Amino acid sequence: MIEKKHIGHEFSPVILPVEEGRLKFLAKTLGMTQGIYTDPDAAAAAGLPGLLAPPTYPFVLEIDALELVDLVNLLGETLGKLLHGEENFTYHGPIYAGDEITVRKKITDIIDKKEGTLQFVISHTEFINQHDEKVAETLTNYVFRH
Amino acid sequence: MTVPTFESLKVGDEIPALKIPPVSRHTLALYCGASGDHNPIHVDLDYAKSAGLDDVIAHGMLSAGYLARMLTDWVPQSAIRSINNRFTAMTHIGDSVTCTGKVVEKFEKGNEKLVRLEMQAHTPEAQTIIAEAVIALE
Repeated sequence: MIEKKHIGHEFSPVILPVEEGRLKFLAKTLGMTQGIYTDPDAAAAAGLPGLLAPPTYPFVLEIDALELVDLVNLLGETLGKLLHGEENFTYHGPIYAGDEITVRKKITDIIDKKEGTLQFVISHTEFINQHDEKVAETLTNYVFRH
Repeated sequence: MTVPTFESLKVGDEIPALKIPPVSRHTLALYCGASGDHNPIHVDLDYAKSAGLDDVIAHGMLSAGYLARMLTDWVPQSAIRSINNRFTAMTHIGDSVTCTGKVVEKFEKGNEKLVRLEMQAHTPEAQTIIAEAVIALE
């Protein structure tokens, strides 16, 4: 069982560069073919400062900032018990290749379900760019099967 | 891309669906690297079996990425205000994923005209994601 003492835990902020190659790789894997996601020249022609990060890219930053295995270790659990329950994105602005994003993540709740055979660990993450603009937020529900 | 207008849409309208070829181990390996989600349950059969599964399972966020792609195929990304994904079933190797969405509400908030979409990703066997998105339109 995951202890409730972890509610309110704030992970140290992590600053991550948004890499062009990574954005291309993600877009290609998802089959996104528009030039603004894959071709820096097309992005420039569209007036963008760099490749546009796809909508689910904040999840990539979230996981780069905190590897799942480290989250699971903190909670005293194992990866094999973990399922992804929810990933909710709120967007305030774009993320481009070349940005530097500060990722701030906090555990906001731990909920027991089905007499403790399932536990939901809820986190809230903020993504702040180099201009001090909050560009996105995510709410994540990590489900542990006991 | 012809962007729909707020006026042109009505509750019940479906947005263009997205059909994805069957999920392969190769796709999961690529998504493992691209996303940074290195949980071995998605790529290592031995590990998946030790965790009580018959085979590796797809990343939920892979299908969430496809749902988001359905949106960016339909409207500019700057129009997307939020996307909520609830993962409801596992996606297995060989499953073809289909993404669909429809308008369930039109509303105004602040200065914006918004539509709420209900979306889902499903395989031939199960609905794998129930999702909702809010889109701002002119």
